This record gives sequence, C-alpha cells and structure tokens, in this order.
Amino acid sequence: MNTVDNNRKLLMEQSVPGRVGTVLPDLDVPEQPLPGQELLRDEVDLPEITEPEIVRYFTNLSRMNFSIDTHFYPLGSCTMKYNPKINDEAAFLPGFAAIHPQQPVGQVQGALELMHHLQNYLAEITGMAATSLASLAGAQGELCGILMIQKYHRDRGDGDRLKMLVPDSAHGTNPASAAMAGFRVVSIPTDENGNCDLEALKKEATPDLAGMMITLPSTLGLFDPTIVEVNRLIHEAGGLVYADGANMNALLGRVKMGDLGFDVMHLNLHKTFSTPHGGGGPGAGPVCAQPNLQPYLAAPVVEKRAEEGPERFVLSTPEKTIGKVSASHGNFGVLVRAYTYIRTLGDAGLKLVSENAVLNANYILAKLKDKYLLPFDRPCMHEVVLSANWQKAKGVRGLETAKRLLDYGFHAPTMYFPLTVDEALLIEPTETESKETLDEFIEAMRAIDQEATENPELVQNAPHTLPVRRLNEAQAARRPDLRWERKE
Amino acid sequence: MSDNGSVPFQSHYMPNTPAQRAVMLEALGLDSIDQLFEDIPSEHRSPSLNIPPPTSELELRAELEAMAGANRHTGAHASFLGAGVYNHFIPSMVKPLITRGEFLTSYTPYQAEASQGTLQVAYEFQTMVCSLMGMEVANDGMYEGASSLAEAALMACRVTGREEICVLNTVSPTYREVVETYALPQGLKVTTMDAVRPRLPEGAACLLTQYPNFYGYMEDLEAHKVAAQERDALLVVSTDPVAMGMFRPPGEFGADVVTGEGQAIGVPMSFGGPFIGLFATRKKYLRQMPGRIVGRTVDSEGKTGYVLTLQTREQHIRRERATSNICTSQALLALASAICAAALGKQGLRRVAELSYHKAHYAASLIGRVAGYSFPIRGTFFKEFVVKCPASPSVINERLLESGIIGGLDISHVMPDCMLLCVTEMNTRGQIEALAGALSEFSR
Repeated sequence: MNTVDNNRKLLMEQSVPGRVGTVLPDLDVPEQPLPGQELLRDEVDLPEITEPEIVRYFTNLSRMNFSIDTHFYPLGSCTMKYNPKINDEAAFLPGFAAIHPQQPVGQVQGALELMHHLQNYLAEITGMAATSLASLAGAQGELCGILMIQKYHRDRGDGDRLKMLVPDSAHGTNPASAAMAGFRVVSIPTDENGNCDLEALKKEATPDLAGMMITLPSTLGLFDPTIVEVNRLIHEAGGLVYADGANMNALLGRVKMGDLGFDVMHLNLHKTFSTPHGGGGPGAGPVCAQPNLQPYLAAPVVEKRAEEGPERFVLSTPEKTIGKVSASHGNFGVLVRAYTYIRTLGDAGLKLVSENAVLNANYILAKLKDKYLLPFDRPCMHEVVLSANWQKAKGVRGLETAKRLLDYGFHAPTMYFPLTVDEALLIEPTETESKETLDEFIEAMRAIDQEATENPELVQNAPHTLPVRRLNEAQAARRPDLRWERKE
Repeated sequence: MSDNGSVPFQSHYMPNTPAQRAVMLEALGLDSIDQLFEDIPSEHRSPSLNIPPPTSELELRAELEAMAGANRHTGAHASFLGAGVYNHFIPSMVKPLITRGEFLTSYTPYQAEASQGTLQVAYEFQTMVCSLMGMEVANDGMYEGASSLAEAALMACRVTGREEICVLNTVSPTYREVVETYALPQGLKVTTMDAVRPRLPEGAACLLTQYPNFYGYMEDLEAHKVAAQERDALLVVSTDPVAMGMFRPPGEFGADVVTGEGQAIGVPMSFGGPFIGLFATRKKYLRQMPGRIVGRTVDSEGKTGYVLTLQTREQHIRRERATSNICTSQALLALASAICAAALGKQGLRRVAELSYHKAHYAASLIGRVAGYSFPIRGTFFKEFVVKCPASPSVINERLLESGIIGGLDISHVMPDCMLLCVTEMNTRGQIEALAGALSEFSR
C-alpha cells in the first residue's frame, strides 16, 4: 500500500516551478498585438509537473478504485454489467470522435445514420413509436418525459393537471424531476406484496392528475402484475404514464413497455446498454414515446429522407418539441457504444441478457434467503432486495455488512434503498457474471452473517483492507474542504 | 434451452453455459427460465423483436469503420468551426489514462473506501475549476455547458427568491434555448436584453452573460456586474476555460456563478458529447449549488481521504426538495480535463490560449485584406470572430470543403451573410493562408 499512501500528495503539492507536462509548437504566424493589460490575468494557478509524474499519479489513483473490470459490482438499480471494449474502440474512431456537432449534415452522414438506426432499435425494444437521443442522462430523460406530459396537457387546455404520482419505492430522481417541471408530487404506497397499492392509487385519480412515473420492474426488483390495470386507471383519469427504464435489463425481448400502456419512457444506455459509468458519468437517457407524445420529443431527432442523396439523414425539430436540453445532439460517444452493443448481441443476444440477469438474481435470492430476510417472498426480476434486519438484531447494520463485503473483494450492494425496506440491501448481479462468481459472493454473504454472530466488531469496523478506513462524513459536511488552497 | 430446439446463441459477454443455467434453475426448483417471467401479463410476453441478428466483432468493426469513414473529420481536414465546441490539442497521455478500466468502469463513488481514486480526481478537478475561474467553490461537473448555465439560472432564482432571468443577446442562441427549456415550465420568465449597457428590470434574479461571448468577443464584465448589482441580482458568466489561460477570470469581476463548457480542455468533439459542464460559485451559495461535490476529510485512523459531501442537497436524500435532479457528474470527462489541465500546466494553458489568439488575429488580418469581407463587430476577440461575406456562407463552406477545409459556422439567420470563424493552436499557418486564399475567390 506504499504507492497508495505516497499518492495522496495532490498535483499542486507535487508541482515544481519550471517543469512542463507537454511541449507545444512555436508560433508560426507573426505575433499580433495583445489586448490591454487590464483584460489579461497574471497567471493561472495550475501545476507544473512532467508527463511521467502525471501518468504515475493517475495510474496509482485508479488502483484505489473498485470497478467492473476488477471486481464483481452487485450494485442494485445501477446495472453494473461488463462494458465491452469494442464499444470504446468504436467511439474513438476519428470519424466519430473528431467531428463537430455544427458541421453541415452532408459532412456527417455516417454519424446521423448511426443515430437513426439507434433511434429505431430503441423504439423497437420498447414498443414505442419514436425516440429522441438528445437527453444526456437518465435524470435528464425523466425531465424531458415529464415536460412532454406537461406540454401535452397544456396544449389541450388541461394545464390545471398539476399532480404527479410517484411510488414510494421510486428512485429520488423521479420526484426531483417532477418538481423541476413544477409538478406537485404525491407518493403512492407499495402494498404488502410489493405492488402498487391500487386503492391508494384510485383515491389520487382525480381531475388534477397529470400522470404517474413508474419504474418497471420496480426498485424492489419486482414486476408488478397489475401494471396494465395501473396504467388503465391513470388513463381513465386523464393522466399519462411515464416509465422509468432504469431496470430494462430485466425485460429485453421479454415484454415491450409500449404494449403495457406506457406513453413515454427513458432508457439508461449506461445501464441496460453496457456503456461505461466512468465513475459517475457520462451516461445517456434517450426518450421513447408513443404517437400521442412523439411531437413533443426533445430536439433534435434524426430523420431519414425517402430519396437517396448526399443529405439522406437530417436533423429535425419535432413539431411541438419541449425544446433543446443541451447545446448539441446528445452524448454521441455514448450512443456509438450502445449502438455497437445492440449490433453485437442482436435479437438473440438481447433476449439472453434478460434471461441471465434474472436467473442470476434469483439464484442469489434462493441461496441467501435462509440467512437474510427476504421482504417479498416471490421470484424477483434482475435484482433482489434483501434486508439485514436479522443481522441488525445481532448489532450489525446493513451498512456494515456492505462495507465488510469490500474486504471480501466485492463491491457493496446498494444500501438503504429502496427507502421502504428496513436495512435494505439491493443486489443486482447482471448477466455478465458467472455462476462461479455468484457462488463466491454467496459464500461471502453467508460468512459475514456468521461473523455478525461470532465476531460482530469485525463487521462493525469494516473495511479493514482498503486504502482508507471508514471516513468521517460528518466532518466533511460540517467543515467543507472542497479544493486545494495555497498556504500563505 | 432454446424454444425451437435450434442451437442457442452463445454470447462472449455472458459466462453461464446452458449446463450451468440448468443447475441454477434446479436450485430454484424450476424447469424453465420462462417461469421467472410469469408476472408479465401472458398476452404481452415474449413479443417479436425486430433487431438485426448478432454480429461478430470482426464484421462489426468493419461496418463501424465504414460508417465513421463517411464523416468528414478533423483528422483529415483543417477546421475553422467553433461556436462552443473546440478542436484543441489533447496530449497522448489522456486517452490511456481515462480508458483504464479502474476509472472507466467504476460507478459513482458512493462507497468512498472503494472509490478513493475517483474521489481524489474530483477534488483535483474542483481545484482546477476554481483556479481557472477565480472562484471559491466548484462542483464535480455538470452535463455540459448549456444545461450548466440553465442550472445556474435556476440556482440564482432559488438564492434570490425571484423569477426573472435576464440573458444578454450575445449569449449563444442555443444556450438561451436550453435555459428556456429548463426555466419556462416552472413559471420563470426569461428576458433577452442588449449587451450594450443592459438595464435589468426590478426583481430580476440574475444576468446571464457569456465571456467570450457567442461571437468570440470579450464582454465588459465590470459593467455587467454593476448592472446586476443595481438590482441585487446575481451575475452569471458562462466561459471558455481555454480563454482563462490569458484573460482575467470572471471571479475577479465579482461574478456570482461561473459556468462553462469544459470540452476544450481534454475532451474530443465527438459530434457534441459527452462533454463536461463547469460550475463554480461563491462559498456563501454552496448549499444552493446543484451537482456532486467532493470533500476532503479523514478516516477513523486520521488518514486523509475523500468523500461525496453536502449530499443533503441532492435528489437521493431530498427527493422533490432537491436543488436539482442531476445525479451525474460526467466524472470521466472531469478526469480527462484534469489530466489535460495538469499536462498543459501553468505555462501550457497560457501558451494554448496565446497561440489561438495570435493565429485567430492573424487569420482576421488576412481576411480583412480581401475585398468584400468585413467585420461587423468591434471589440477584443479571443479565438473566434464574425466576418461578413460577399456570398452566402453556406456556398462558401461548400467551396472550402473542396479544398479540405471545414469552414466556420453559418450564422446568417442572426446576422445576414455572416460566418463565425474559429482558429486554435491546431490550425497551422498553411491552413490559415489556404482559408484566406479560398475566401478570396469570392472577393468583390
């Protein structure tokens, strides 16, 4: 761990005056007069450091991370599947990486063709009429979908529909997105089987209802068998239904969201379609819509003209668009990766994804339910929610169980989410893990349960083997230290 | 395992063999995987899926290369296109470092002990953004420049408790559109005003400016600060981080929020994304700032470590009362920018800025000598400028392409016959002279 400890010196602390990290060319044109001194700055406080030092610093920093390439990462609701290498190679091709978003469309037909195919594939997979690739992340896709619903109602003189329903198990972005659009958010409880509480829903199906945001399968990893009825109730009350596609990994080729009555949804290309998470971005959150909402999609979309020609593929603005959500056309580099993934797997491979993802999760469920409380005793979809309540009774909290897993070389599951389950541990293995890896993980979970009985302190103080021990988050929030500052 | 008895497709991304799947099903007490999907209404199960069949990596690579090859790119062309997305030098060390799996394939660093690499990079990035902008605090990144400006406008409305956003008419029209997409549905008002001596209405929440502005020219931030202050409104500045290599940063003019598109430092143009939005503000507004923030702290043994902090602003804690719905920090692009900024360093960033400045002004001096071309905007520009052409810019651009040149942005819809040209350190003297030569064919 020595390299790691030495590596805690920041770039500015390693800086030595006179060192350079790159050599730039000499000026090859006559020098031009500079603007007045009052417009110029003295200097920028950036490090002076050479290339070998930079490479070693960042390489060693990377070694302090868990990642899919190095570890099993069963992080529920995040779909940490393997990120294929050809996807990155494709995105870095000069014809994709070195093109400018404002080039005339005749110069970028290949890029537009790829986007057009991807729009169609995503519409086909979701059973929707059309796709906009413009939104840059899942949360932005949600915002787009909600703005589309809002504009739809307003255009029909129904602008008083100000209420948006969100299940209590929903990801936090759902209520946050609805609130950003100005909606009043009402939470709908989950019933004892893990499904939508239909009685509570009926009470909220009032004339001010704009719609509902539903994650399917839910963040409890469950497919709500009453979903068609739920969607019918919303529609009867004049509302529209938004599907949060975060959990689509369970459903590829198994069901189309459009067939179930959803009006609009987003997909997370960085989850279901294997694009890397990058430590917290970039992602992409394309939005797919039914014909009623298609005219409202975020701009631009790619259209294919009927006639052959040098401008076969063009960028266009949907008729009643909610507008633009970024300066360009979407996270193209992410789109290239997702396109490559879909083409690699094809129809047969996509179906295998959900089969293996769901089988892997149920296997974990079956092998752990005698040691960890299973709040909903029924088959799960691509992820399983367990509760560490039995361990809590022995004095070991879910957080500690999760941290102890790090010592065993597994990334922790998602903890304390969904909020509706005590001591929740949300485990999503994905289809790219082998039975052998699952067995090792199951062994570790069982071993930790035993440790909780025999040696609870060992678990309570975990992790023991990582570059740092448990960090003081309270101090970080109380006395924010958010950047390096020169000591005068 | 296959329904129709044919040989099932084996994917190189999925390790479980049919034999293993059978063992696992047995552990579940099931005969068929279909039994796991029985909650799906039967009439909607297993629909047709009209997607092309699986493709081998060998074949797909050739297809992708062909598709990429159909695009005109800066590897094979001189480019004078900017307008918010720039072709700047990226040192070779950036790509191998950002594609290290430990960075590329990790998640948001919620598990701090297992994510110290990503977290320390974020702290470096926040330090760099503060230095560039001359600001006190920065977050770990937003989606990109335009939505970052929109979030700054929303933040200004929260801070001031007001509802009117004023935007100078020299701000990128696209950025203004994105601000409207975010602000109008909430019932906020967006007002456009002249950049010369703007007067804010009473009750304005903020003044949004761009520096250099969309047309490439430096705004009078001192005057804009006074204009904002007169109404107790916040001054919000969207900036180009490369310009910060030589120009006085917005922080020195008293800007309250500084945003920007970080792409120009270390991120390829990639047809417009993924990029990295910059966001910095003053300490007093810290708790109203959207996005991820990383802080330095200590572990239980007193050792330095880094964590996500001030998370009570965020959607996963605060839900509908969060400062924003954003839960992405574009961490990988922040990493690229941090590496590139370190590589350029104190001297290099200034050098890139000055090379761009001199070359852009040299290009302008050549074009200014060609009869029929003129400069409708006066003032100090950085690396972009507007030129009025003797012919339609789109016609000119077609001619330029024949010479292997990607021309400037046609802005004739806002300024008749005008083109926005951008010159950076990537453009050689030969390219600049070729551009001027080709333009002179339209001379009048």
